[in-house]
Amino acid sequence: MIDLILQLAPAWAEAHAPALIIVLPLLAGPISAFLPGSGRIAWIMTMVVTALCTLLSIILLAQVRSVEGGAVISYAMGGWAPPYGIEFRIDALNVLVLMLVSFIAFLTSIFGWPTIRAEINEEKRAMFFGAFQVCFMGLLGVAATGDAFNLFVFLELSSIATYVLVALGSGRDRRALPAAINYLLMGTIGASFYVVGVGFLYAATGTLNMADLAIQLQDTSGNRAVQVGFAFILVGLGLKAAMFPLHQWLPNAYTYSPSFVTAFLAATATKVAIYALVRFLFSVFSLEFIFEGASLALILTPMGIAAMLACSFQAIFQTDVRRTLAYSSVAQVGYMLLGISLGTAAGVSAGMFHLVNHALMKGALFMAVAGVVLTYQGTRIHDFAGLGRSAPWTMTAFAIAALSLIGVPLTAGFQSKFALVSALLASGWWWAALIVVFSSVLAVVYMGRILQAVFFKPPNNPQKRQKEAPMLLLGPLWVLALANLWIGINGNFVVGLANDAAQALFIGGVR
Amino acid sequence: MKTDHHVILRVVAKPLIPIISLFALYVHFHGDYSPGGGFQAGVIIAVAVILYSLIFGITPAMKAVPPWFARSLSALGFIIFGAVGVWALMMGGNYLDYDALFNEEPGGHYGQHYGILFVELGVLFAVAGSMLSIFYAFAGRVTEIKDEDW
Amino acid sequence: MVEFILERGNYWAIIGLMMIGLYTLFSSTNLIKRLVGLSVFQTSIILFYISLSRIDGGTAPILFGADAKGHGGDHAEDVAAAAAHGADAAHGVAADAGHGVADTAHGAASHGLEHIYSNPLPHVLMLTAIVVGVATLAVGLAIVVRIREAYGTIESDEIREMDLEVALAEYAHDHPGEADPA
Repeated sequence: MIDLILQLAPAWAEAHAPALIIVLPLLAGPISAFLPGSGRIAWIMTMVVTALCTLLSIILLAQVRSVEGGAVISYAMGGWAPPYGIEFRIDALNVLVLMLVSFIAFLTSIFGWPTIRAEINEEKRAMFFGAFQVCFMGLLGVAATGDAFNLFVFLELSSIATYVLVALGSGRDRRALPAAINYLLMGTIGASFYVVGVGFLYAATGTLNMADLAIQLQDTSGNRAVQVGFAFILVGLGLKAAMFPLHQWLPNAYTYSPSFVTAFLAATATKVAIYALVRFLFSVFSLEFIFEGASLALILTPMGIAAMLACSFQAIFQTDVRRTLAYSSVAQVGYMLLGISLGTAAGVSAGMFHLVNHALMKGALFMAVAGVVLTYQGTRIHDFAGLGRSAPWTMTAFAIAALSLIGVPLTAGFQSKFALVSALLASGWWWAALIVVFSSVLAVVYMGRILQAVFFKPPNNPQKRQKEAPMLLLGPLWVLALANLWIGINGNFVVGLANDAAQALFIGGVR
Repeated sequence: MKTDHHVILRVVAKPLIPIISLFALYVHFHGDYSPGGGFQAGVIIAVAVILYSLIFGITPAMKAVPPWFARSLSALGFIIFGAVGVWALMMGGNYLDYDALFNEEPGGHYGQHYGILFVELGVLFAVAGSMLSIFYAFAGRVTEIKDEDW
Repeated sequence: MVEFILERGNYWAIIGLMMIGLYTLFSSTNLIKRLVGLSVFQTSIILFYISLSRIDGGTAPILFGADAKGHGGDHAEDVAAAAAHGADAAHGVAADAGHGVADTAHGAASHGLEHIYSNPLPHVLMLTAIVVGVATLAVGLAIVVRIREAYGTIESDEIREMDLEVALAEYAHDHPGEADPA
């Protein structure tokens, strides 16, 4: 399989894939923002670009996996050799994130057209797709870059585009605007904290290249500037990743932004931030660094557990389906952080596995909600009553993803929670394993409320006729739902990727 | 006349605006061996138009430099930047590798020289266009407070 | 003690600005004021980086005098060459000066340069950060303008009250016959 991809791919694509995957959306974004018409051409262009990026990420994956244990692809931007120039560095960890982001972007851009036609004004649609591609490019850039400051630039590029995208939800509900400004204020604080942290590291080591930073930081243990920098980076990226007490921007942003944006953001944005966090925790800083080890145990673990409990409880009391799912997202980030905070290869692997699965299930859930918004104009649980009968295809996919979120056997969610629990037990954290199980019970409650309304309650409005979401929307939705089942039955492929990613962090990789 | 009290401003601004635009070009082309470059030059060009609109009103400014032109300019800047990178790719170098632009012998510097000029030209267009678009977006809105109420 | 404080004047200024910015951001209810706080906060970061790049006795990082000759040959004859070499040398200076912030003369000495130059890299980084800040501020202000149009106010507590009323009305609509949840 890998050989076949490497044979089919043209040589230039193989040599320049790390740059092309960023450059394509970067160039296509502004162009599609000025395409004439009602946005249909811009939409087609977006689909083509995201499809090409997916292909490029597959080529990268094949290149990384062509060597046992994972190769490291280094690409010097502008021919300036690292560590002075900006380096794009692809290893087993970020190729997973690149593939996830571009695949989800491809699926969401296919499904996006009907919902965007319903939710965005005609003259804004081309601009909307331009902003979406810039956001997409920024997320890919965060994943691909090997330069700490470059990461900030990409992070902010994607975030600024995201604020615009969230604010465009105001056509449907004006509450999108306060949500967007809150997201902007919190997100900018997060990015600024990150920059301060990078500044401290630069002052202490004189380099911005992550691989070089990792080497230089080895003999700075106990240096106060490095510790302060680490703290700033942890808080900054934690804000972007919606780590528990820093998640206040997330529920409103997910609830009121356009359905298309919610589906894309929920599946990618926080994931990329978590990737950056993992990159800094394990490959830039080292585990032997005592201060960091303490922060894993004293900050990430309690915060992860608090997120799993508090946000699951909050999710139970929401009346809006998208809000329930948003709180559940924060809770799921808690699972990932718990896995990461174990500090073992098994734990990180479980965290990354759950990251992929969560992207797949939240993507499917929000797509199904988008279908309901399109046909019934409502996102409250009340509006969902009886939909199981009038929109069976949409709601079956929704139910599969919901079961996966709960962690029912034969779904992706079960596999990753199982991996997480076994990693916890292997480290002797049986109490944390119990909390994971308890939090899953809470997930049964909040998803169960929605599922009960969907399948067992009579429709609120008996006049509602059978109305399924359009095919364009059902296709990607079912691809994601089936992906959940496929990973649930045979997860070896993704588990292998996640294990390689964790191995890259702990053995070879950047170091 | 109502606008009489602006007469000095108008007289001073008229010769200043072309000089400001010229200065922007100076800043741009001297950017590679003195402080300056595309970003600063772009801001200065935008400032010239903004000054014009502050003194002569937003409508004449929008007639002189239409908003669609400002927006396209920023997209054009992006594309020039990206195109230089793609050019380097075509010539067999890495993305944005100026040394590869002209396939010169090692030690040649024309690639570095012209590469950065083109890229900065792209930056100039992008910055000037987006600064103007931002200005138009805010200034072009219908005001709630009339001039007399100030 | 006094020396300790005075020596680190730039850091006190940075911390002061940072706290003023963050305090404004959190305490104010006016959205414009919150954005101003955000800008002040970002400015403090710019100051932080710029003060990192400062080297005692260092001048602007443009090669001149003997340094420029040694690197680029005759300046008048081959401007392009000088410029490109300048870039190379600046890279070296940046790296070295950064590696030993305390060891100021080290960067220049190891490259055989006659003059000491400040580290240009943080300046370049902050140019990027300024652009990012401008873009953020522009988007933020644009959203505030739209909020003003949609809500008629830019006070975040008033906005929250209006949203709460809407949410309560929605709840009452969904659950007729139930008492007010509040």
